[in-house]
Amino acid sequence: MSRTDVSIKTHKKSSLNEKTKEAISGYLYVSPFFILFAIFGLFPILFSFYLGFQKWNGLGEMEYVGLQNFKWVLTDEIFWTSLTNTLIMWVLGTLPQLLIGIILAYALNSALIRMKSFFRVSIFMPYVTSTVAVAIVFGIMFNSQEFGLFNVIFGLFGVDPISWGTSWWGVKVAISTMVFWRWVGYNTIIYLAGLQAIPNELYEAAQIDGATIRQKIQYITIPMLRPIIILTVFTSTIGALQLFTEPLIYIGRTYREEGITVVLYLYREAFSNLAFGPASAAAIILFIIIIIISSINVLIANRIGR
Amino acid sequence: MSEKVGTKKVSTSRIFVYVLLAIATFLSIFPLYWMFVMATNHNSAINSVPPAFIPGAELVTNFVKVIETIDFFGAIWNSLIVSTVTTIGVLFLCSLAGFAFAKFSFKGKNVLFVFILVTMMIPPQLGLIPQYFIITKLDWLNDLKAIIVPGLIDAFGIFWMRQYISSNVPDELVDAAKIDGCSNFRVYWNIAVPVIIPAFATLAIIRFMYIWNDFLWPLVVLREESSFTIQVALRGLIDNYVRDNGMILSGTFWATVPLIIVFLLLNRLFIQSLTEGAVKS
Repeated sequence: MSRTDVSIKTHKKSSLNEKTKEAISGYLYVSPFFILFAIFGLFPILFSFYLGFQKWNGLGEMEYVGLQNFKWVLTDEIFWTSLTNTLIMWVLGTLPQLLIGIILAYALNSALIRMKSFFRVSIFMPYVTSTVAVAIVFGIMFNSQEFGLFNVIFGLFGVDPISWGTSWWGVKVAISTMVFWRWVGYNTIIYLAGLQAIPNELYEAAQIDGATIRQKIQYITIPMLRPIIILTVFTSTIGALQLFTEPLIYIGRTYREEGITVVLYLYREAFSNLAFGPASAAAIILFIIIIIISSINVLIANRIGR
Repeated sequence: MSEKVGTKKVSTSRIFVYVLLAIATFLSIFPLYWMFVMATNHNSAINSVPPAFIPGAELVTNFVKVIETIDFFGAIWNSLIVSTVTTIGVLFLCSLAGFAFAKFSFKGKNVLFVFILVTMMIPPQLGLIPQYFIITKLDWLNDLKAIIVPGLIDAFGIFWMRQYISSNVPDELVDAAKIDGCSNFRVYWNIAVPVIIPAFATLAIIRFMYIWNDFLWPLVVLREESSFTIQVALRGLIDNYVRDNGMILSGTFWATVPLIIVFLLLNRLFIQSLTEGAVKS
């Protein structure tokens, strides 16, 4: 700091004061974030890594146990079930959401459509509904009894009542549907913004060259939309790996194996079983999984990009 | 894409697009409508085949049952306080920090800014357990401070404000104000704040909705009914031994309606804010 100050001093006497004042203000204005983050962000994260190697029930003394917590979690069948469930629901909830989002955005973007803002508003509305509300409503729709809405609808086609709440696939389909319903409109609007950013001249040029609609989609739309597709895959993946509210509301305190997710597992270990060591180990493992899957995402994205 | 060629081809694809959008609209709105239907019907009308599809007469009865089961208005009030205070705090702190990052020069500025961006990538569950113990140590369990104070950390907000201030508040204006003898805070308050109102609106919607709908963290630190936010309180409805779906969906419906109304009134701003935020970052 002193060297720059000296050089300024030689030019202008008062500007040294100004510069220091500005720097002090700068540090002052950004400091709340760093102070709060140190207390409620950084320290807890570091402490999680510490806690992962301790045995602790939240009250008594901590005891260093080495890698035992990790071993315990990684040999716990339910942890693996929770991981499989999370991955299955990631695919079930995310893939259709993004695909249908693109299709709807494409439909909304076609110039012939009237009442555009009406469609936009209604398709976006589910996103304003809270996750808890969505999970409660769909939970009742996916009632396993014959009067559950989905069973009534399937009943029209002669399907016997499905026990959504207790079967291996039923729970997953129900939870994925909740995720799908709340997020598909959100992604649609994001894709729509991306589509609208594509300059019309590109399509016009392709038109002159005699390109078909399919060729236009393949060679103009998809490549131009690539960054936004990557963004949505990225964010919805991270969201799906942290799935918690929907399964907790839907399967309740039973933590049924058909629907338990990694974060639900972590929550159960910590706040139901008071096993804070294994819970911290699970949090660290989840963090590592998120890093790995995100890196794979980035790798694939770069590979596709040319 | 829209074609200006042959009329016949255009009209079929046009019908297809309309049908598609109509189905999507129906599926988007139906659960909300159905929630209203259930909220106005007796449990027995819901639990029958086929279930009720038109509104019934139990609107008031169901809601009275909700109030008897949970402290509905107390929870709505808590949610309002938590969301409003956090949002105002975030707007102030993020714009101040964003202003400093955009217009001041100080040592280590870029490193600090990159650090803030990196924190955005950390999954929130990683520190969940120690965070809970910090709140316990501070004696903030069952206290709305437990939601508000950590909620003031908003890396995205700082990023958002910095970008907006960089491109919308001219340097010349800042310099001129300084030459006139304005203090740094006055420059922020008198020059920057009036210009960045649109950025405030966007960030306010994002933050308010996030805090209003948040569930995991309030569930962990709010254990007593008097401190419940509406999301945590709603869970109390389904935890009963007797499942009265009319009552459950009545509570859920009335907890959802306020936000939906605000959304419908400000839909353009809402949609733009919530999606633009995602795309820009």
